[in-house]
Amino acid sequence: MTTLPQHTEKKLGLVIDLDTCVGCHACVISCKEWNTSQYGAPLSDQNPYGGDNGGTFLNRVHSYEITKENMASQVVHFPRSCLHCEDAPCVTVCPTGASYKRVEDGIVLVNEPDCIGCGLCAWACPYGAREMDADAGVMKKCTLCVDRIYNENIPEIDRIPSCVRTCPAGARHFGDFADPQSNVSLLSDKRNGVELMPELGTAPVNRYLPPRPRDQIDILAPLLDTEPAQPGGLLGWVDRMLERL
Amino acid sequence: MHPAKSIIAFTSLSGLGFGLMVLIGLGLPQVMGWPALVFGLLAVGLAGIGLLASLLHLGNPQRFLKAFTQWRTSWLSREAVFSMFTMMLFALHIGLLFFGIRLIFLGYLASALAVATIVCTAMIYAQLRTIPRWNTWLTPVLFLAFAITGGALVTAQIYLGLAGSALVLVVQIAHWARGRRALERSGSTAGTATALGGLGTVRMLESPHTARNYVTSEMVNHLDAARAKRLKIVVITLLVAQCLMLALLPITHAVVAGTILLHLAGVLVSRWLFFAESEHVVGLYYKG
Repeated sequence: MTTLPQHTEKKLGLVIDLDTCVGCHACVISCKEWNTSQYGAPLSDQNPYGGDNGGTFLNRVHSYEITKENMASQVVHFPRSCLHCEDAPCVTVCPTGASYKRVEDGIVLVNEPDCIGCGLCAWACPYGAREMDADAGVMKKCTLCVDRIYNENIPEIDRIPSCVRTCPAGARHFGDFADPQSNVSLLSDKRNGVELMPELGTAPVNRYLPPRPRDQIDILAPLLDTEPAQPGGLLGWVDRMLERL
Repeated sequence: MHPAKSIIAFTSLSGLGFGLMVLIGLGLPQVMGWPALVFGLLAVGLAGIGLLASLLHLGNPQRFLKAFTQWRTSWLSREAVFSMFTMMLFALHIGLLFFGIRLIFLGYLASALAVATIVCTAMIYAQLRTIPRWNTWLTPVLFLAFAITGGALVTAQIYLGLAGSALVLVVQIAHWARGRRALERSGSTAGTATALGGLGTVRMLESPHTARNYVTSEMVNHLDAARAKRLKIVVITLLVAQCLMLALLPITHAVVAGTILLHLAGVLVSRWLFFAESEHVVGLYYKG
């Protein structure tokens, strides 16, 4: 059903720490590896060794440059994937009911046998989170690794999304935003987690932690005298004479 | 947005087909017998070809029947449901007309359903807040104006065709004028997309991928502004020529056929621009 649930018991989602992300793309690769071999159609590649290549990924890492006058520019690495919106426009536009938001945990999923591959959900998503697989002709998106997080056949430590498990910088966190005492809620509150494009009214669940202010070296600058004063007296006179030579 | 040929053919041809149904349903012109059958087949044929073209664009067209199920929330599903109801009722109306029976209310009902179908088609696009250029009531008005004018020209309703062509011209220019600053006025920027706008000016330093991907080839297209302008002049010229032909030339079959050709060309160019010119907000993530 493409009617969104009024209320979900849990709001599972991610906190992505833009202060910590080093832009290594490990989450992208780990996501592709897990999701190409598990739930649903594989994430295909087209012409992987040819010229005009392409492929399906559920997670993409951009790098942005932020410039401000009289400030050193700053580079921020920015992983982009499904935000599991509470008011997900991708779900309501679906003509077949393939897209849905789960009542129990709020995960937005695609039931692939129902997907006709019309692509309208990808158009409705502001975040570019959905990619149609060119081989299977069905829409692929982040499942929040629904086949890991409840999977009792894998060690408990692995029952988190693949991207979170693999992140070497600890920039990704997984949890329940409906619980105000959860790791992600506390982290987001403490670090002023933000929504992406809130003006579009999608009410995303995932939060991004903005980069913390950089150290301000200017504060110490007056104390650090980098230009040595000209020595006076006899030594100074010797110095000046030597310079003339 | 990527101007897919199948979607352009779908919206243009089915628009013309349903526009024709609106006119025939209203009894403009009042046809019976063989002429009714010819008009009926033409209308259903155009709508049918359009709808079949839309199937070409699907990744899994064999599952299309599922698209009739989610009419509660989805404009695309509503479009599917309304188009089938309209075609069935209209076919019944034509069948009765062929045998010389005119049920006026059945015709009006078919017309109303055809209008609803055209509105549903347009709402598939107009509902999307992610594409500010489309997200306006002017979009369904434009689609309706094009469709009904096309219907009026095919049925040689000269005054209606003339008024419709003039209306299309006005609404089309209004749609373009509003669209020019639509993305800017939507309030979405690279700053809100990344939530980094508070720190300064955001620009993409490095793309996440070196190759194409579905998102960029489908939604991040940049139409050269000069080319868009040239095509707009083409559409305006076609529409003005259409109006002048209807207003000034003696009405013969050749003149009416000429206006229909001008109209079709105008719809196709306008629809191509409708897609190719529209910016999706996901493009903000790729702004260098």
